[in-house]
Amino acid sequence: MAELLLRRIGGAILILFGVAAVTFVLLYWLPADPAVQLAGRSATAQTVANIRRELGLDQPLPIQFLTYLGNLIQGDLGRSYTQKTEVETLILARLPATLILMACGILVEVVLGLVFGIIAALNRGGFVDRAVMTMSFVGVSAPQFVVALFFLYIFAATLGWFPMSGFGTVNHVILPATTLGVLGAGWYARMVRSAMIDVLAQDYVRTARAKGLSETRVIFRHALPNALLPIIAMIGIDIGQFMSGVVVVEAVYGWPGIGQLAWQAIQQVDIPIIMGVTLTSALAIVTGNLVADLVAPLVDPRIRAR
Amino acid sequence: MTRHWMTRTALAGFLALVPLGAQAAGDIVVTYKDDIATLDPAIGYDWQNWSMIKSLYSRLMDYKPGTAEPVPSLAESFDVAPDGLTYTFKIRKGVKFSNGRELVAGDVKYSIERAVNPKTQGPGAGFFGAIAGFDALSGGTAEGLSGIETPDDYTVVFKLSRPDATFLHVMAINFASIVPKEAVEAAGADFGKQPVGSGAFTLKEWVIGQRLVFEKNPNFYVPDTPKIDSFTVEVGQEPLVALLRLQKGEVDIAGDGIPPAKFLEMKDGPDAADMIVDGDQLQTGYITLNVKVKPLDDVKVRQALNHAINKERITRIVNGRATPANQPLPPLMPGYDKSYTGYAYDVEKAKALLAEAGLADGFETVLYASSTDPNPRIAQAIQQDLAAIGVKAEIKALANANVIAAGGTEGEAPMIWSGGMAWIADFPDPSNFYGPILGCAGATTGGWNWSWYCNKDIDARAIAADSMSDPAKAEERAKAWGSIFTDIMADAPWIPVFNERRVVAKSKRMGGPGEIYIDPTRVINYDAIFVKE
Amino acid sequence: MRILREILRRPSAVFGLSIVLLVVIAALGAPLLAPFAPDEQMFDGLTLDGAPIPPDATFWLGTDTLGRDLLSRLLYGARTSLIIGLVANGTAVLIGLTVGMLAGYLRGPVGNALMRFTDLMMAFPALLLAIVLAALLRPSLWIVALVIAMVNWVQVARIVYTETRGLVERDFILAERSLGAGHLRIVALHIAPHLVPTAIVWGTLGIATTVLLEATLSFLGIGVQPPEPSWGNIIFESQSYFTAAPWLVFFPGIAILLTALSFNLVGDALRDILDPTQRGRM
Repeated sequence: MAELLLRRIGGAILILFGVAAVTFVLLYWLPADPAVQLAGRSATAQTVANIRRELGLDQPLPIQFLTYLGNLIQGDLGRSYTQKTEVETLILARLPATLILMACGILVEVVLGLVFGIIAALNRGGFVDRAVMTMSFVGVSAPQFVVALFFLYIFAATLGWFPMSGFGTVNHVILPATTLGVLGAGWYARMVRSAMIDVLAQDYVRTARAKGLSETRVIFRHALPNALLPIIAMIGIDIGQFMSGVVVVEAVYGWPGIGQLAWQAIQQVDIPIIMGVTLTSALAIVTGNLVADLVAPLVDPRIRAR
Repeated sequence: MTRHWMTRTALAGFLALVPLGAQAAGDIVVTYKDDIATLDPAIGYDWQNWSMIKSLYSRLMDYKPGTAEPVPSLAESFDVAPDGLTYTFKIRKGVKFSNGRELVAGDVKYSIERAVNPKTQGPGAGFFGAIAGFDALSGGTAEGLSGIETPDDYTVVFKLSRPDATFLHVMAINFASIVPKEAVEAAGADFGKQPVGSGAFTLKEWVIGQRLVFEKNPNFYVPDTPKIDSFTVEVGQEPLVALLRLQKGEVDIAGDGIPPAKFLEMKDGPDAADMIVDGDQLQTGYITLNVKVKPLDDVKVRQALNHAINKERITRIVNGRATPANQPLPPLMPGYDKSYTGYAYDVEKAKALLAEAGLADGFETVLYASSTDPNPRIAQAIQQDLAAIGVKAEIKALANANVIAAGGTEGEAPMIWSGGMAWIADFPDPSNFYGPILGCAGATTGGWNWSWYCNKDIDARAIAADSMSDPAKAEERAKAWGSIFTDIMADAPWIPVFNERRVVAKSKRMGGPGEIYIDPTRVINYDAIFVKE
Repeated sequence: MRILREILRRPSAVFGLSIVLLVVIAALGAPLLAPFAPDEQMFDGLTLDGAPIPPDATFWLGTDTLGRDLLSRLLYGARTSLIIGLVANGTAVLIGLTVGMLAGYLRGPVGNALMRFTDLMMAFPALLLAIVLAALLRPSLWIVALVIAMVNWVQVARIVYTETRGLVERDFILAERSLGAGHLRIVALHIAPHLVPTAIVWGTLGIATTVLLEATLSFLGIGVQPPEPSWGNIIFESQSYFTAAPWLVFFPGIAILLTALSFNLVGDALRDILDPTQRGRM
């Protein structure tokens, strides 16, 4: 087990290295010159050349990448071109906000998924089941920016129940977290439903029922715990979805997280920040997948056997 | 604070749930969408940090409020030698940096040298090009500027290598802000986050991605300034949201302006006069016509395109918050030629000119634009006008950086709509509208002269005009500049589209004349704004 | 035929299918159905202040911020969505099939390298990658489709890989192999046919993801270029008016949602029908 884990971690590090390389090359080819943009309109050619040299942008691609990699190994993500601050400082300052948003988003997702999944499973084949399953696709099919704008219009601008944007109180997090969570809730509901149906059909559940255990007890003692493991695996896999989601959700709600940072940086071609956020996201995704892989054998005995 | 007007809005329900931004009088809240980049005066160069840097530091010169006239600020007095090559400034005594040390002449020398030093990576280095020794420092062969001397602690002498009529403006620009060497060295590359200056305010707190708090500098050398005790800049705020919060009284100034829909609503609302400040700025929005790309290399084609654009309609798309333009200079700029009429909107004439150029059937071209609203919309309006004379323009709406890169690559971008990157003057002098954007110097790879127009005669006239540094010749100089720009228009390298007015929303409690919210040289004048009783 | 009959037995799939049909009709019939040209900026399409006009008798769904008829733009926008949906997703499924099949069948160093590359792509946040690619390649309709395909093929590849590996170990293929059948023959005759259901299911479900990603890119201003109407860029252009002119966000928003929903419903039904082992699962 420990050896397997080590191998997986090694693989993950290799993948991160690959992500760094691919992103670096893509950004290098970007048809924009950060030095020209930074120097602004009044700069002389000399000023632009000076800035380019100071940023190391006059070096050939392999040298630039090796320099970056060398710094990266020492935990140095470089300095933002526009904000002139260490990228790790910027990311660390904004990471808590994103983590709060993601945690709340996952909470919304899991709670909605569990509630609707259980309801559907208990009414298997009935009208409620079909309605819930159809509805679950609505969540999956709704673009997050549209949901965000709908929510803002209805719950903030018209009804005034929540603030339109900002950060700090519980009220601020509800709309963004719900927007983020609705997408996955549909998947979770479907997954919980099928897991529940599988479990409910198992012999031990039937035995428990036959022993006269109440239905609620059967569900919460036997069925639910078994349905939870796949959810954990799913959350791990979902990190990637979330990392994309926060860019849009943070942009629309003005949430001060790394998604907003990434979007600003992309518009300003602030390459060190784009690199930093991409690597942070990739790290989160790889970790999430790792967790999912580790949980998977517990979920599915067939995998364990291998 | 009266809030009765809010009950009329659908947003009243907010009040129950959200802690109100209950600020003490004299403490105001300003919002922006983007992060504040840096408060290092040698580096900061966008319109958000421009006014903050103005208020954190002091400079030898400043402007008489609301005008374009440079007056001494940190300097007590100044003296210009008859040949225009030596400027002597006497510095105020007893001015203190916020770290407690007195500001002396050596700090001035250090600060200007720092702005020019290539290691600083400052965008404003070029402004100091007239100071003797500039080339040596900028080229890396010297450590300082030989043209700056400090005979004693309260005297600075600048020796210029050529006369520069804009030198007093340059001494008032942000890049000429005075910083203390010891604080810069202590903070290293983070000086932009830990600024130390001698301006009206000091930075008290900076929570990255959320807010900056500025506090009044009790030792500021200008009496009764600033008027407010502090101001908080909240970032990451969508303009629309900022406006709604402003109407609720949580925000005092919405820094990004007013989104169109909200503008129309507020303009017709009862509080418009108290809340909307609408003023001219030194800005021109234009389309560049690349003289190095066929068929735009033909002056007749460029003139035809100038006749084709319906500028009235475009101003309507920005809800009338702009005035149609016919020349590069904005009306507020000295040298603006009121009698010049430019190219009228005339589709028939445009078609005739195209026919004369042998392009009666039109041609295909590409129009670049910034991808931020409303620029793609304006580009589409331009596209439709061009279609009316048979010119098929494909739109490329890209991030600013990509457009800038395309503009600065020879033969790449036939037409660029400048919106979102449009020229706003660094200082109120017509020369500022020439060199980088219409002169030969800017027509290089990575330059900002996106029409690649380079007229040696005009360049020579520009240099002659900038040598008239005698203040008595100011009017003659402005005239010279005015004719330079109208003569350029005969070659039609630009389609000047409009002069955008700046519209700022402020809460009703904010007082003072409109100019201090739309200051041509400071954007928002934090030193002058105040809260009404 | 069996498939269609099966679909018609499911109410949600019928609903999905009818919306899909509606979108197809809108896309194909746009020139006939649209009351105005989609990019005609009409003089009376804006108020004197430059505000868009709410839905009325002339402009059934109102006008946009340039005075163009929203209904006409929505109809033509259906074309954009469908073209991108079909082209981008088709390409993604093709790449995914090829990579997944090759990796699953060949294994060895080539298969390993392919799967490592797939893992690498999985580690990218999809939206960030799409944004960077879009900035790199300068957007146009086809480039947007290409960018989406480059991001979306990964999932298909992983599924196909797992399925192919399962197939390769099955007896009949082992038997073929021992009889000395060529790789091409085995893949073409014995593996590819088994992957058809997967291709059909993902060819449908993937359209929903693609439509959503296109809308998001266009909403961020880096997707389909104006004046080409796309539901995403209609919302992008109207954002600043969204409290005053909510119809400019609501109508295209609902169009995106319904289109994605319909492809999801049909795709889900197809999965049930074509892959009975997955019935009732997600």
